[in-house]
Amino acid sequence: MIWVDTIIQGILLGGLYALFAAGLSLVFGIMRLVNLAHGDLIVMGAYLMLVLVTLLGLSPFLAVFIAMPLMFVLGWVLQKFLLNRTLGDDILPPLLVTFGLSIALQNALLEGFSADSQRLPTNALTTASVDVGPITLGVMPLLTFASAVLVIIGLNQLFYRTELGRAFRATSDDATTASLMGIKPANIFATATGIALVIVTIAALYLGLRANFDPNIGPARLIYAFEAVIIGGLGSLWGTLLGGIIIGVAQTVGAAVNPEWQILAGHVAFLVVLLVRPRGLFPRAND
Amino acid sequence: MALLQTQNLTAHYGDFQALFGVDIELGKAETVAIIGANGAGKTTLMRSIAGVLQNDPRAVSFDNKNIGALAADEIMAQGVAMVPEGRKLFPSLTVEENLLIGTYGRKTDGHWNLKTVYDLFPILAERRHNPGTALSGGQQQMVAIGRALMSNPRVLLCDEISLGLAPVVIKDIYKAIPQIKAAGASMIVVEQDIAQAMAVADRVYCMMEGRVTLSGTPDSLSRDDIHNAYFGANH
Repeated sequence: MIWVDTIIQGILLGGLYALFAAGLSLVFGIMRLVNLAHGDLIVMGAYLMLVLVTLLGLSPFLAVFIAMPLMFVLGWVLQKFLLNRTLGDDILPPLLVTFGLSIALQNALLEGFSADSQRLPTNALTTASVDVGPITLGVMPLLTFASAVLVIIGLNQLFYRTELGRAFRATSDDATTASLMGIKPANIFATATGIALVIVTIAALYLGLRANFDPNIGPARLIYAFEAVIIGGLGSLWGTLLGGIIIGVAQTVGAAVNPEWQILAGHVAFLVVLLVRPRGLFPRAND
Repeated sequence: MALLQTQNLTAHYGDFQALFGVDIELGKAETVAIIGANGAGKTTLMRSIAGVLQNDPRAVSFDNKNIGALAADEIMAQGVAMVPEGRKLFPSLTVEENLLIGTYGRKTDGHWNLKTVYDLFPILAERRHNPGTALSGGQQQMVAIGRALMSNPRVLLCDEISLGLAPVVIKDIYKAIPQIKAAGASMIVVEQDIAQAMAVADRVYCMMEGRVTLSGTPDSLSRDDIHNAYFGANH
């Protein structure tokens, strides 16, 4: 029974990684942009909520609804006025610029908040658990996983059921022809990054409630996100959820064998998937 | 007064100059054909008018407005739609989604909507849920034309709509042109197939090496005139 419990805890942990990865997957899927500052933006979102919680005395679950539109605007502006200028045939400029952005964000957060670990204030909900038969599940991991599934469902609805989603897919296929249809690719990309940062804010909520954070943990979140996206297949949203789950399960199983193996086991799972399926589990046909 | 006009239009790809002072006119409810051999500059001319290649603002005017420096999406919003060379359907979208993307971000009043496009090309209604790129070349061309019509354009630019298609399929596609004209659109049709172009056009421009070498009504142009303008006088 302990192994069943371990695997279920791993699946739930995968929800957190899927939340880290969903925004990255969205942005990559639409504009082939690898945002190396993604992890730092998650950490920045956590600090933004910490500020809102501290200044306004709000619950983190309310603060997230104020932070989401703020982060959307930040993402829109960031893409429209900075990242769009880096897009083109050469893949190096976006990597360099987002790498620079990552360093700038880390240093700005260090300057503003120091290197001390922080945590969003917890309440009874964050430590509550439910018994499912012989297994005890934390409410927070369950909420995290449910949020990840809802985010993926929401993004799929957006992509396949709305006019904006059609424009996302058309622009991703061929931005020049999309502009002949009256679409402004620069605005479509800005909107996509805005939505990605809304998802980043949700990820930041659970990051801040479940663990301590400091300005330097962004790059590690980026690596988990990146691995989940690549395992799932670049641009596949459901694949990203599965990628997160695979890393989560590998980590909890690794930790059950030897607590020192937790992080390593996740990376080994990533390498094994890459060896077997180099393009991920659900690659897009036209990638 | 011309509805759409180019004046001394030039175009470059880096250091390479592809158009040298091209002047053409399109009147209201008129169909103009642009003919010429490969590399004559026909597609570059279409891309310049559609805003894919940008120019001096006064190099292209539409409805008395200078549109030469506008981006493609802004020119589309003015009422100039393009059927690009090679169809360029979106692989991620179904046939119906490809058609609907032609109306992105606006509600257009006019003859063309999903129903009238399906009436024009009934086969598309049967294939509406298939990926656009899973269709035959001719059917893909129908989607590309329908997609442009969905915006109810005042000017429709058709770039090489017969390219790579079997003669019987080309005939089917060209059967739609009179209906498109009857619905009110003015058209510029780029063609290598001279006979097909002559059959649908009110006026013809022949291009060679980035310049207009001949223009006139189909009746006024002799076979020799066209041959010389198409291949050069000494060919």
